[in-house]
Amino acid sequence: MSFLSYLITGISLGSIYAIIALGYTMVYGIAKMLNFAHGDVIMVGAYVCFFAMAGLSGQMEAGSLAAAVVPQVAGVLLAMVVCTILGVVIEGLAYKPLRQAPSLAVLITAIGVSWFLQNAAQLLWGAAPKNFTSIVSGAVSLADGTLNISYVTMLTVVTCLVIMVGLTTFIGKGKMGKAMRACSEDKAAAQLMGINVNATISVTFAIGSALAAVAGVLMCSAYPTLMPTTGALPGIKAFTAAVFGGIGSIPGAFLGGLLLGIIETFTKAYISTDLSDAIVFLVLIVVLLVKPSGLLGRFVPEKV
Amino acid sequence: MSGKTKTLRVRKTTVNALINYAMVIVVFAATQILIGQGAISNTIQSMLVPVCCYVVMAVSLNLTVGILGELSLGHAGFMSLGAFSGIIAATLLQDAVPAAPLRLAIAMVVGGVFGGVGGVIIGLPVLRLRGDYLAIVTLAFGEIIKNVIQVLYIGLDENGLHFATKEANLALSETGKAILKGPMGATGVAKLASFTAGFLLILITLFVVQNLVDSRAGRAILSLRDNRIAAESVGISVTKYKLMAFVISAVLAGAAGALYGLNYSSTVASKFDFNTSILVLVYVVLGGLGSIRGSIIAAAVLTLLPELLRNGAINDYRMLIYAIILILVMLVTNNPTLRGGVDMAVKRIRGIGKKEQTEGGAQ
Amino acid sequence: MKKFLAMLMAAAMVFGAAACSSGNNTGNNGGNAGNDGGSGDAGNDGAIVIRIGGIGPRTGDTAMYGLATERGAQIAVDEINALGGDIQLEYRFEDDTGVAETAVSAYNTLKDWDVDVIYGCTTTAPCVSVAAETYADRYFQLTPSASSTDVTADKDNVFQMCFTDPGQGVTAADYVAENGLATKVGVIYNNGDAYSTGIAQGFIAHAPEVGLEVVTEQTFPDDSNTDFTVQLTACRDAGAELVFMPIYYTPAALILNQAKNQLNYSPLFFGGDGMDGILGVVDESLAKGLMLLTPFNASSTEEATANFVAKYEADYGETPNQFAADGYDCVYAIYQALQQIDNLAEIAAMDPAERHTALCDALVSVFTSPDFSFSGITGSGMTWGTNGEVTKDPMVVVVEGGAYVTQ
Repeated sequence: MSFLSYLITGISLGSIYAIIALGYTMVYGIAKMLNFAHGDVIMVGAYVCFFAMAGLSGQMEAGSLAAAVVPQVAGVLLAMVVCTILGVVIEGLAYKPLRQAPSLAVLITAIGVSWFLQNAAQLLWGAAPKNFTSIVSGAVSLADGTLNISYVTMLTVVTCLVIMVGLTTFIGKGKMGKAMRACSEDKAAAQLMGINVNATISVTFAIGSALAAVAGVLMCSAYPTLMPTTGALPGIKAFTAAVFGGIGSIPGAFLGGLLLGIIETFTKAYISTDLSDAIVFLVLIVVLLVKPSGLLGRFVPEKV
Repeated sequence: MSGKTKTLRVRKTTVNALINYAMVIVVFAATQILIGQGAISNTIQSMLVPVCCYVVMAVSLNLTVGILGELSLGHAGFMSLGAFSGIIAATLLQDAVPAAPLRLAIAMVVGGVFGGVGGVIIGLPVLRLRGDYLAIVTLAFGEIIKNVIQVLYIGLDENGLHFATKEANLALSETGKAILKGPMGATGVAKLASFTAGFLLILITLFVVQNLVDSRAGRAILSLRDNRIAAESVGISVTKYKLMAFVISAVLAGAAGALYGLNYSSTVASKFDFNTSILVLVYVVLGGLGSIRGSIIAAAVLTLLPELLRNGAINDYRMLIYAIILILVMLVTNNPTLRGGVDMAVKRIRGIGKKEQTEGGAQ
Repeated sequence: MKKFLAMLMAAAMVFGAAACSSGNNTGNNGGNAGNDGGSGDAGNDGAIVIRIGGIGPRTGDTAMYGLATERGAQIAVDEINALGGDIQLEYRFEDDTGVAETAVSAYNTLKDWDVDVIYGCTTTAPCVSVAAETYADRYFQLTPSASSTDVTADKDNVFQMCFTDPGQGVTAADYVAENGLATKVGVIYNNGDAYSTGIAQGFIAHAPEVGLEVVTEQTFPDDSNTDFTVQLTACRDAGAELVFMPIYYTPAALILNQAKNQLNYSPLFFGGDGMDGILGVVDESLAKGLMLLTPFNASSTEEATANFVAKYEADYGETPNQFAADGYDCVYAIYQALQQIDNLAEIAAMDPAERHTALCDALVSVFTSPDFSFSGITGSGMTWGTNGEVTKDPMVVVVEGGAYVTQ
């Protein structure tokens, strides 16, 4: 029984990694850049949702149906809008001027953006943690209460699946998706074929940041402490998950996230809580040594 | 992730190397003179050793990232190995080697050896990975090193060293002393590091890296970066030269770590985390991939910058300003348009300066 | 590239020059407080002006603790200066980002400012490094919250306002045993953190001596860890009736949440002083019944405490925690000790380079003298031994109705 409860824990942790990794991997797949500021956009999304919900629920009639739904929905939507704008602004100001620069230069700029967002958040909203109100509370109890699956976990897994299918369809079909794939293959050639590369990448960031907002809200619903540095560690873990699954691969990010969460939980449960981080990373290294392009990553043969 | 970097001068002439030595020596001498005259504040003086450490870190990481062309996100891990092994060595030799500078030198050698061993252990399996996958694996190793040191307790008594994962299990005799205490790190470390030692370490680092780049092996390493397949086809051993660059880089980082660890009374493993690795990478990229001089200047300036931003009026915004400066510098140095604009502005300012100078001379 | 680096360097130099000038050109005894983010109006001409330099994290992961110590002390400085007595304080607080390297340079920045007394650091590892420096340079140092024994070990000039870590662990074990709260105890702590590990090891070592059985020891590597169900499950499966959590309130909030909502596990939770602040981050129902060892109760009706809490809430918009209260007490303790120095005027007239040494020796002898006792909002009748550790009565509170109730 404890095995099952650990599995559930692992899935709920993994689904959070997965939903962050989806945004990470999508931006990487198209724009070919590691956006280290992704975790911090998540944090901003969570703060926006937090303040929107706090503001709205004060105005609602307590106990009414509207009070139970409207603040949450409005909070999520507002977070998505703000993050989308933020993502596009960051892309336009910090990444677009570096389109021709080596990818490492963009990586460093992304780190600068990450530090900027963390420090700005601390100045704006204070360093003290906020108690995030979960957008859905409660859990399903199975087997006389020994197994609990929280609604947040279910919602996260479902959201992950929806996003995964949505993104795959969007990128696989339609004009914009085609343009994105073209940019991913070869920016210069795409430009020559009449694709507006800048606009395409801006759209990619807009979508990636909107996903970050959703991820932020779900993450803080599951783990309700919200601080300016909240996004930093999950950002790294999600990056790990994305690489684990094969960076650039959307199903890979989902799989990588889930597996990372499950491995982490089982390591803590059955091996050692002291060394859990070391063991998780060791597993990652072994997997990458056996399969150097990640679980579902596409192996690109080198052209001579 | 390997870049076709424009800033790198493939033919590094001896002149270029000599300029680097001269620059370091002149700055060292000038600083010493100014300290003698009491013209340098305590803040800057306290930053001199860390600046030297970060300069060595940046130059050594440049060997991996700029010259070998492989992205490493775990460089702080080697620094950590060097720091703790150096601290342990210095503590062990407390009585045997009374002369502090000699003890420091031995500790730095030990730190370098441990860093190098770490480099071999990590380099052998992972250097066959490429790009972002290599980056994540080095990141993972950095985190593993941090995590392992965090649960390690090392004590010393007359029976020698004791290792355990809990302080209570160290089983030290009454005169024994715990050197490394897991998350508490190493505390009560005798401060041995000095600016002179840091200066010498920079010179050694420059000597090693510049001579390597200018040697047959160095050209092989550069050829791996520029075109691995072509290099392989003319018989250059990928594993050998990649490992050579990676391990030398790790040795230097280890020595820098030992110097760093012996500069503070307490050192904790969590200091050498992902963020420190990233910070060193920032110095390397900002200074220009493959440019040794750029790494030196960027590491020195960016290490001092947050300290220089300590100023009443902007104290609250210190780290925010630091982030903004970093972004702006990256944009200005890497965007052709902005770069051209600033170039013009610089020329104009220089023109004005020259004019003033001549006018001033006339008076 | 070189040009931009040169420009960057030039910009840095300009900042540097500005920083230097603002640091150095301030006469020390003129009562010209208020520069450099210093505070308070030293209105009383001819008063002795003492410079207190604080160090703690204002940015980074531990900023909330550092800012609390900074603000708590600020309130005390303002109050003391408003009294208009013979001693006026100048106060400046520097950021150490929770890292030893930065803490040492922050300390040197304060030295450049001709600081007289060092107040800090907030967290343990930076404090050990700074303490080694103050010991060598002879500055009096009082830390609000760096609680490791390494902070004060072998240094006569460093004093603590908080309990030491092992001491707190022992006190907690004694309290649990004496009150018969439980016999089977699980421990969850952060093994990446000196504070948490220190208390946990003190507790675990002492527990068998008072008849407690530690059934499981669970750890997590970092305060940004998010999932604790494995550790909680282990405690539940081992049959722990009480879970001792010597950790900060941010992870503790998640533990309480996950114990209730995911595991339906409700043992008695018992925390250390780092748990103070939990009421701001969890719902009332989750914190109900939580016990913690804390020197400070923000909902106390005592006049001094209520006054401090009101001021803090008015100035900073949040309820102060024990970090802030420790900071407040530190400044008052220094103030009280300063008043007991007979030749303070003589010391104050010295050259800055000698003044801090003389002041250090004088303050050390006051703090360690048997008649010196300080009463503040984190305890009354506090005394200090020559080892720098504080002696005060521990206080255990239980959370009821969203407030602490003293036991």
